[in-house]
Amino acid sequence: MFFYYIKLAMLSFKRNPILSLLMVLAIAFGIGALMTTITVNYLMSNNPIKEKNDVLYHIQLDSWSPYEAARDDDAPPLQLTWTDVNNLQQAEQAFRQAAMARSGGIIEPENPDVKPFQSSFRLTFTDFFPMFNVPFIYGAGWDASADQNAEHVVVLSRDVNDRIFGGENSVGESVTISGETFQVVGVIDEWHPVPKFFDLNTGDFGGTADVFIPLSLKLPMELPSWGNTNCWKPPEGTGFLAFLNSECVNYQFWVELTSPQDEARYHTFLDSYVEQQKALGRFPRPLNNRMSNVQEWLEYNEVVADDAQIMMWLSMMFLLVCLLNTIGLMLSKFIGKSGEIGLRRAVGATRGDLFMQHLVETACIGVAGGLLGLLFSYFGLQGVRTLYGEFADRLTTLDSNMMLLAIGISTITTIIAGIYPTWRASAIAPAGQLKG
Amino acid sequence: MTQLNLGPIFRSLLRNKTGAILIALQIAFTMAIVLNALFIIGERNDLMARSSGVDEANSFQISSTGFATGFNHLNTLEEDLREIRALPGVRNATTINSVPISGGGWSMSFQVESGENKPSTPSSIYMVDEQGIDTLGVELVAGSNFTKTDIRLRDGTQEGWPQNVIVTVALANDMFPELDYAETVGKTIFINNTEPMQIIGVIDQLQAPWIGWNKLENAMLSPEYIVGDNWNRYFIRAEEGMRDQTMRDVEELLAKRADERLVENLRSFEEIREDSYSRHSAMIQILYVVMIIMIAITGKGIVGLASFNVNRRLRQIGTRRALGASKANIVQYFMTENVVITTLGVIVGIALTIGLNMTLVSAFELGRMPWYFLPLGGLCFYLLGQVAVFGPALKASSIPPAMATRNV
Repeated sequence: MFFYYIKLAMLSFKRNPILSLLMVLAIAFGIGALMTTITVNYLMSNNPIKEKNDVLYHIQLDSWSPYEAARDDDAPPLQLTWTDVNNLQQAEQAFRQAAMARSGGIIEPENPDVKPFQSSFRLTFTDFFPMFNVPFIYGAGWDASADQNAEHVVVLSRDVNDRIFGGENSVGESVTISGETFQVVGVIDEWHPVPKFFDLNTGDFGGTADVFIPLSLKLPMELPSWGNTNCWKPPEGTGFLAFLNSECVNYQFWVELTSPQDEARYHTFLDSYVEQQKALGRFPRPLNNRMSNVQEWLEYNEVVADDAQIMMWLSMMFLLVCLLNTIGLMLSKFIGKSGEIGLRRAVGATRGDLFMQHLVETACIGVAGGLLGLLFSYFGLQGVRTLYGEFADRLTTLDSNMMLLAIGISTITTIIAGIYPTWRASAIAPAGQLKG
Repeated sequence: MTQLNLGPIFRSLLRNKTGAILIALQIAFTMAIVLNALFIIGERNDLMARSSGVDEANSFQISSTGFATGFNHLNTLEEDLREIRALPGVRNATTINSVPISGGGWSMSFQVESGENKPSTPSSIYMVDEQGIDTLGVELVAGSNFTKTDIRLRDGTQEGWPQNVIVTVALANDMFPELDYAETVGKTIFINNTEPMQIIGVIDQLQAPWIGWNKLENAMLSPEYIVGDNWNRYFIRAEEGMRDQTMRDVEELLAKRADERLVENLRSFEEIREDSYSRHSAMIQILYVVMIIMIAITGKGIVGLASFNVNRRLRQIGTRRALGASKANIVQYFMTENVVITTLGVIVGIALTIGLNMTLVSAFELGRMPWYFLPLGGLCFYLLGQVAVFGPALKASSIPPAMATRNV
């Protein structure tokens, strides 16, 4: 019977192609707009490292001024000082730990055909790579000893390796970074967590880094501080070391614990560390340390842009208008078929049969609208990408989840919208339509 | 006969409630979205219309990073400035740590009273030389400009900040609300709690680097050259209309020493502005597209319902014509019917519009919509309805009276 209804639905489309097309178009516009906005919201609110969500913790220590909190909600500053990240790193109280910061400088390839270029650095410790499941193509992260001895070792991003070494295995090769010679120990594959959860201070959806080098090189090489630097009091003295030893925050610190149960122990350690520092005359504020897992950290930073949310709500209302429109069109279409319906009733079809038949027809319109809507949302996302540029590059890809969702939403909403017209159609009395 | 006869219209509408309600609801939701979208567009346009204070049309930036061993930063900087300023087409040039409204920069807090835990005012800081004012295209409205001797080298060997600074009118008013901005010249303010600086001049307007900052108009010029890290950003103001040519010339000039430095980030101020406001302009364009599609869909819905009604009532219309109704009467009937439906839609629409605006206000800190949006918006939907229904109404009026006798 189902296939017979589908056949009838096709016949009905053919008899009234313009009206049917208008219905499909209205749904497609609604679904296209909704899927475009849902995709952007979905990618913005993505947790890129779900598998480790409850063992990875972002650390905040309240090292701020005695007179005012770092943030409106009395929260500690978003980043840490050089002194604190190095102390926490050396304490090694977690399974893995990595202090990190952004920096940058010029890379001069040995190959004279490749021009020197400006690049962004992530300064960190070797735990960074296993902690965040960073995929390697060649080699691996550096040895822990390289962190301690501030060795000149570098992990290249795939892009930079392609640019300097044409994509070849470059492990063991050397490259000049900020005027000093580095040895390549590894090359990572494409790795673009969306959002860039480990450092949400600048460019939540931007690239990770061109190269990764030990944070311990920051001092000897006097590497610049990129990203955000915030200070509540000026450095004491002049020069690079005074700046590093100041109360300015520019560093992030992440730990990986063996289990979520370990959180309390690490928190106690942080508190005792701060008490120690208080004894040294630092940390004038009350004890206020925070540990956030990845999801909590993403939510606290409100990475989903307001505009994206506004758009999503507006597009829901937009779909509603499209559906109201479709209901109107269906009503006229089904009532236009009164004669046919009356005939079918007269020759024995029950009201239930007619209800099912028209529900199938409605569902067909819904599926067609959903498919066309997917195409529209593809164009919509291309449009978003053109309008927003680089910012949106990683936020505008349709995945299979989204495609299924699109078809699902359009079919279900169309069927709901079709219930009333379908009921009206099946309620048509047999006799009245056969007269005259 | 011009008298409106609403009785039959209401009775006939009540007989086909669903169609009319569907259209009224479409009008209501479309109105809520379109008016809120227009309001958001207006707000964003206001944001984008703010002036940065810079001579935007003629300005651009370029940066230079030395990498060769033995690169002499200070010499390079001085030579670059001399050569850039000497280029034909260049009105003036300065070094600058960051560019207004570009997204990245430096801010500090300033106090009127020395000491810890005193009220403070934040401001962005632009490190420029004595040509900064002319290069930026801002106007000195009180006090005096920097002289060459004011320029300090920030090379990491000396602590603190320059003695003399210039502030915007907005910053002067923010720090000294009880004084006229001109009276702030000569005042001492404190940076880093206790370090004194003197205001020697006031400029009319210059925006901070962050367009979303609530202290966007707070800016200070600090007479400094940053040396030691081999990096410089030059800000250049071309003669009227000469920008594009000058951009090429400056890049070529700096690239002469490409073997010892990287010359990059050649960007006009207009590009910088576009980038900074790209999310706002994108939002505006998306909202326009959404509005147009929605109005088209709703308009089409009105046409559809009217045509449907006309087709259903062929015989009825024929009968009215046969009984003496003129063509104009028939047109008037459908137009009036639309007014009734639109009125229903607009009433619900006003409630929805206010509701949506209140939701946006509380959830996203949007502004409150001014009241006149509602009557104006309502009026537009009456117009839309009348335009949309006119075609089907005209078609109805051309139904011949003889139709009354036919079977349809």
